[in-house]
Amino acid sequence: MSRTLALVFGLLIALSATLRASAQDAYALLASPGFDNIRQGIEELGHSGNPRALPVISALHDGELYQDAGHALFIQTPSGFLDARTGETRADVSADALKKIRVNNRVREAIDEALGALRLFALDPAQRRAAANAAFRAHDPSAIPALDRAIAAETNPKIRRDLTAARAAALLSATEGSVQDKLAAIATVATGGGAHSRVVLEPLQQQAEPVGTAAVAALRSIDRQLQFWRVIQSIYYGISLGSVLLLAATGLAVTFGVMGVINMAHGEMVMLGAYTTFVVQQALGPAWVGLGVLLAVPAAFVVSGGLGIAIERTLIRWLYGRPLETLLATWGLSLVLQQAVRSLFGPDNRPVQPPVWMSGDFQLGGLTLTLNRLAIIVFAALVLAALMAVLRLTPLGLQMRAVTQHRLMAAAMGIATPWIDALTFGLGSGVAGMAGVALSQIDNVSPNLGQSYIIDSFMVVVFGGVGNLWGTALAALTLGIVNKLLEPFAGAVLGKILVLIMLILFIQRKPRGLFPLRSRAAEA
Amino acid sequence: MKTVWIVPASLIGVAALLAVMNTAVAAGSPLHASPYMITLAGKYLCYAILALSLDLVWGYAGILSLGHGAFFALGGYTMGMYLMREIGARGVYGNAQLPDFMVFLGWHELPWYWSGFDHFAFAALMAPLVPALLALAFGWFAFRARVSGVYLSIITQAMTYALMLAFFRNDMGFGGNNGMTDFKDVLGLPLQADSTRVLLMALSALVLAAAYALCRAIVRSRFGKVLIAIREAEPRTRFLAYRPEVYKLVVWVLAAAMAGIGGALYVGQVGIINPSEFAPANSIEAAIWVAIGGRGTLSGAILGAVLINLGKTWFTSALPEVWLYALGALFILTTLFLPRGIISLFGWRSRPRRPSERVLGGAPREVTG
Repeated sequence: MSRTLALVFGLLIALSATLRASAQDAYALLASPGFDNIRQGIEELGHSGNPRALPVISALHDGELYQDAGHALFIQTPSGFLDARTGETRADVSADALKKIRVNNRVREAIDEALGALRLFALDPAQRRAAANAAFRAHDPSAIPALDRAIAAETNPKIRRDLTAARAAALLSATEGSVQDKLAAIATVATGGGAHSRVVLEPLQQQAEPVGTAAVAALRSIDRQLQFWRVIQSIYYGISLGSVLLLAATGLAVTFGVMGVINMAHGEMVMLGAYTTFVVQQALGPAWVGLGVLLAVPAAFVVSGGLGIAIERTLIRWLYGRPLETLLATWGLSLVLQQAVRSLFGPDNRPVQPPVWMSGDFQLGGLTLTLNRLAIIVFAALVLAALMAVLRLTPLGLQMRAVTQHRLMAAAMGIATPWIDALTFGLGSGVAGMAGVALSQIDNVSPNLGQSYIIDSFMVVVFGGVGNLWGTALAALTLGIVNKLLEPFAGAVLGKILVLIMLILFIQRKPRGLFPLRSRAAEA
Repeated sequence: MKTVWIVPASLIGVAALLAVMNTAVAAGSPLHASPYMITLAGKYLCYAILALSLDLVWGYAGILSLGHGAFFALGGYTMGMYLMREIGARGVYGNAQLPDFMVFLGWHELPWYWSGFDHFAFAALMAPLVPALLALAFGWFAFRARVSGVYLSIITQAMTYALMLAFFRNDMGFGGNNGMTDFKDVLGLPLQADSTRVLLMALSALVLAAAYALCRAIVRSRFGKVLIAIREAEPRTRFLAYRPEVYKLVVWVLAAAMAGIGGALYVGQVGIINPSEFAPANSIEAAIWVAIGGRGTLSGAILGAVLINLGKTWFTSALPEVWLYALGALFILTTLFLPRGIISLFGWRSRPRRPSERVLGGAPREVTG
């Protein structure tokens, strides 16, 4: 009897040992029938620290994990099958003999969880960092063991900090845990800041004394920080809007500021620049989108500038000294140009492709900087600098300034004033054309493009003080920033209305703008 | 007949003729004036009131307002508010207390600034008063600060642009971008009836004739002479101890009130008022009517408004593609070759060109009208 018992016992022990052995072999579990087994296999493989875990579970995630009749696992790749255990290529395996490992929703959950934890150990630091941030956003208490192991293994201090923050967030979401640990975790999460920290801390406010108050204090400091970044972000948007205004207004500052000519067709010069970009891109084909935009800059300068000179020679020069009539004639011209473009290109928006180096964005602290906006800011600064260089350093600029300051004296000194007038007008129009290239990247290229900028451009020039490029730049940036700072409180439309009212009132106080041109004339 | 009576008499004559052609001539006859023609004529007459008002400030005081359409539209809105209240319970929602758009927006009571607009007399008073008050506030600051020339033009444009943006907002309580429409009747007279249309058209002609007579009296008076002096040389007028800002303010407010009355008459006839009436382009177009007709001649402004709008109506139905080319070319050619407007073709005397404008292509820095 005792022998039989011993035998049964021995058998049971042996059986349980083999069961355990097979249980420890996660690969076998993955290959066994039943979703619960597969789930268990994923969990074990995920926690094993085995370097093969990530590729195997990824393959399962992508539906590329197969088994043969002998329950051996294989990963399908475009070039053939790999042995799941070793990662070696197996040329002898054919697809006919294999069966796909099936998953259900609960298995998929397990896969996602395991992948999240495994990526914490990925070789690529960027991937590890992304995984740490993902773990922070998920703040799932069950990830704590994996995070602990990752912190211990991590060598990069930045990723280590992210991992610690993720662990703190996960700890705060757990129901258990000591008060000291929780307080420390709140401090860690609070230093990280950001909108996600708010999400983690918000539920803690109702908790018992030390934790609750610490959470409230931490939330307050995070809110201050978020507010700060919001203001910075608004200022960035403001600078971006300001640079657009500056681009649209610089050309006008030359024609209106230097020559005193009201060119209502200025917006159409901008519009023609945008259409030039479209034409150049079409001519070069889809392979040279970026080059097209670069080439469009000089092309638009030539197109709009040439047209500007033509306009000055045929129209404007007959109207000098009659600014209000000039205004009406150029308005008529703007109607003709709009209709001409509408007849040529059709009334619909024309697609202008953004170059690769102008798409995407990057983070700077709490700021999101989009590359196309950044490129336009830089472009506006370059255009302004180039224009100033022309006005200050070239003989043409010297003559322009001379004519501006005293037309009769300049003529007496031998400057051909009519010719200078034409070139000045061409320069202003050409700059407007270059602005059009930039605007084609952020606005719809349609015949009405110019109209939407003309009033704003005039406001910028008048606000800055006629005939002063620094004034124009300052005015454009101020208007842009004030507009964007008002927007969160007043809304976009009301903000714009307020800015217009402020401008109207400002002009009452200083009718000649921020930097008036000094003159002895009674009227100037 | 004295020349002073030519314009008012011909205006009233044409209106009377159209009225007779609509009511007394049978519908089949080629001489019959259709209700469409009557409304169109009424619309042109309202535009002419706007042009006259603009000519008074631009042609005689040298203030080029690029926001005159704002006064016109404000007058239109006051009348639109009355017409909206007059609909009463006949709206889509059948709510006698609130206009349809307020019911649609989920409002429960009429905003305070709508009170009083149930009465025609109140609305008729507000039509000139609201634009006049805006003009007073705007002009008070602008003229005292000596904002003039193109600077003034640009801020008037900013004014109408800001108003347009404001009226586009639903929160303003003026119907947002749909504005006000679906009017039923005015003082109990159905707006769709021929007789009401003829009446409104005739009323517009009378108002225009009266406005013309008033403007003529103003520009021929001592006050008008000072205005012309200001137009020609504001600093010199100031040195002669006149106060240009006072003269400009008076004529500016008067012109705004006149434009408001034009707008009020306009809304009754076209049956809709919406924020696009504030668009800067509309105001610039009004300046074009004056420039093409003949700036600084009152009858020229009326002629310009009617002729250009006749052309617009004909072109936009016959050759819509060509209209903008034609209008643009008209602007350019008139300013280049016909600086004194179409009226100068009829031998109308206008101001001579100043000699200083001939020197070396003029002096671009000088910014007077």
